[in-house]
Amino acid sequence: MEKFKSLTAKVMPIPLTDIDTDMIIPAQFLTSVSKEGYGENLFRRLRDKDPQFPLNQTKYKDAAIMLTDNNFGCGSSREHAVWAILSAGFKVVISKSFADIFFSNSAKNGLVLVTLPEQIVDELLAEAQKHELTLTIDLEAEEVRKVNGTVYKFKYDPFRRHCILNGLDDIDYILSMKNEIAQFRKTQMTKPVASTFANN
Amino acid sequence: MGNTDTKSIFEKIWQSHVVKQIEGHPAVFVIDLMLIHEVTSAQAFKTLEEKGLPVFDSSKLLATIDHSIPTRANRWEIFDEAAKIQVETLRQNCKKYNIPFRDFNQGQGIVHVIGPELGLTQPGMTIVCGDSHTSTHGAFGALAFGIGTSEVGHVLATGCLLQQKPKSMKVEFRGHFRKGVFAKDAILALIGKIGIGGANGHVIEYTGQAIDAMSMEERMTVCNMSIECGARAGLIAPDKTTFAYLKDRPHAPKGEQWSKAIEYWQSLKSDNNCKYDREVIIDLDKLHPVVTWGTNPGQAIQITESVPKLANLPDSEQAVSKAALAYTHLSEGTKIEGTPIDWAFVGSCTNGRIEDLRIVAKVLAGHHIHPQVTMYIVPGSEAVLEQVKQEHLDKVFAEAGAQLRMPGCSMCLGMNDDKVPEGKRCVSSSNRNFQGRQGPGSITHLASPATVAASAIAGKLTSPEQYF
Ligand code: SF4
Repeated sequence: MEKFKSLTAKVMPIPLTDIDTDMIIPAQFLTSVSKEGYGENLFRRLRDKDPQFPLNQTKYKDAAIMLTDNNFGCGSSREHAVWAILSAGFKVVISKSFADIFFSNSAKNGLVLVTLPEQIVDELLAEAQKHELTLTIDLEAEEVRKVNGTVYKFKYDPFRRHCILNGLDDIDYILSMKNEIAQFRKTQMTKPVASTFANN
Repeated sequence: MGNTDTKSIFEKIWQSHVVKQIEGHPAVFVIDLMLIHEVTSAQAFKTLEEKGLPVFDSSKLLATIDHSIPTRANRWEIFDEAAKIQVETLRQNCKKYNIPFRDFNQGQGIVHVIGPELGLTQPGMTIVCGDSHTSTHGAFGALAFGIGTSEVGHVLATGCLLQQKPKSMKVEFRGHFRKGVFAKDAILALIGKIGIGGANGHVIEYTGQAIDAMSMEERMTVCNMSIECGARAGLIAPDKTTFAYLKDRPHAPKGEQWSKAIEYWQSLKSDNNCKYDREVIIDLDKLHPVVTWGTNPGQAIQITESVPKLANLPDSEQAVSKAALAYTHLSEGTKIEGTPIDWAFVGSCTNGRIEDLRIVAKVLAGHHIHPQVTMYIVPGSEAVLEQVKQEHLDKVFAEAGAQLRMPGCSMCLGMNDDKVPEGKRCVSSSNRNFQGRQGPGSITHLASPATVAASAIAGKLTSPEQYF
């Protein structure tokens, strides 16, 4: 996983709530067995239907921050949604809230999800739709900064923040507790529920 | 408010599976069973390979193919090159790592249908799968939730996950169902009430008279859709209905183990007066069948009602609702019953089990579907299909003009050839009505299998009450 400390980049606003993972990457593109190549089909259906959809507009070509309304990433557990956003060049998504599984999938791929209060998101959305908006996302300081010096504080799950700042993988963390896990398994085996295949 | 030593079933299962939790970190959490399918596993196996890690314990895994496979008779032949590689990749991985695999003609089916059928899903277990509808297994009093592909890799390699403890929520279904109203209507009513983010971050425990009276299949329908209101999982305490379902299933405990298991399972029930972070009550006595009108499962109304007027909706829902109506071509304030439909779909892990298909047969018997309607009936598993044939339901379906297909996810997500054509309207027993979910440009109305069948006969959204 890549490290992320801070980023200054252009914002692409998508003023929609409840953006679900089917919208982010439609099911027909899920047949690949790799993590690459999903970027070109990010929001495919919305892009095909609406020439004005932000991703179709050249002015957002080099945007790396996505700004959306509320409950981003609901629906299916497909991690392909995160891979699609990352491979389309986005490193940060800002929203009023995020769906659970999407949050967890993002953390594991280093996609930074910033939750800001409703009113601030509304203001930023309005601003970004009016003229070009550049923001600095500082994960270390837990701050979003505007060019004019305005600062918005945000809270990040401390453990997730630590992992993303240092590019750490969950799997190494779990493996470091190998002995504890083995010990735990042994005691748990006394429960009748423990062995699913043993009796057949 | 309960005191601190009373625990809910969720608390009990949670605590008994935490290996270690360092202050401020997520818990290292043990997983008892992981279900695997073709779409969300390939990249996880690849990670394992890259890191040179073995599979931790293949006896705690079960794999099958369901999402991207065809449901036509000659399903061995997959025309979509990418889907073919995906299925073949899973076959190879299962062989390589010695993972139990239910291939075609070997008990294949939708992951969430075959786990319970085989008796693998048991009370008190922690169950995960790279699929958000893993919450289905909660019907057995298991803590079951969907995970992403990275996490599939973690479980493959370590048998564990890193987990933040969710909050708890109690949903009580009070009263009794009217005739023609089912578990699907109850869960749609809940999602309609609390909204699609209404249970974000929570594990729901379903309780109440109506839950006690439900069969396991109905309970699975309820738990299945927990994710549609954002819940991490949904579960129901095991009781004699649960035990009766599990008894003598292939992987259920046998003999002396069985009585020990029952004793343990009974201890899982939530303690009296235990505390939940949130409680919701749904009254079923007056509930009519429920259908969706929009493009998320929370946009649901009773079939006797009209599509909401935008002016009557809260500000936060205005834009979404307007876009939804534009997509579904419905006008605010019009009656939802009578909306003409082109397609009808019965299937999915929500409503593709034998009980669902019996209900559909009961409605269809002696009728023919409307000439404008195409109806797909897709059993959730090979075992369900077998049972359909034994009970001669296939004859009823054929005489009614519906197509009985081979098992799989099919039109629930339109990843294979089964798609609702652009601009066509489908009444569906599945779980998501997102834009284009059943195929690009398709319009979906979620409903119970009974409503799907009654609507297929009439060619328009119709209450099934007259058939019961
Ligand atoms: S039937 Fe639908 S919801 Fe269930 S596992 Fe398949 S695609 Fe997912």
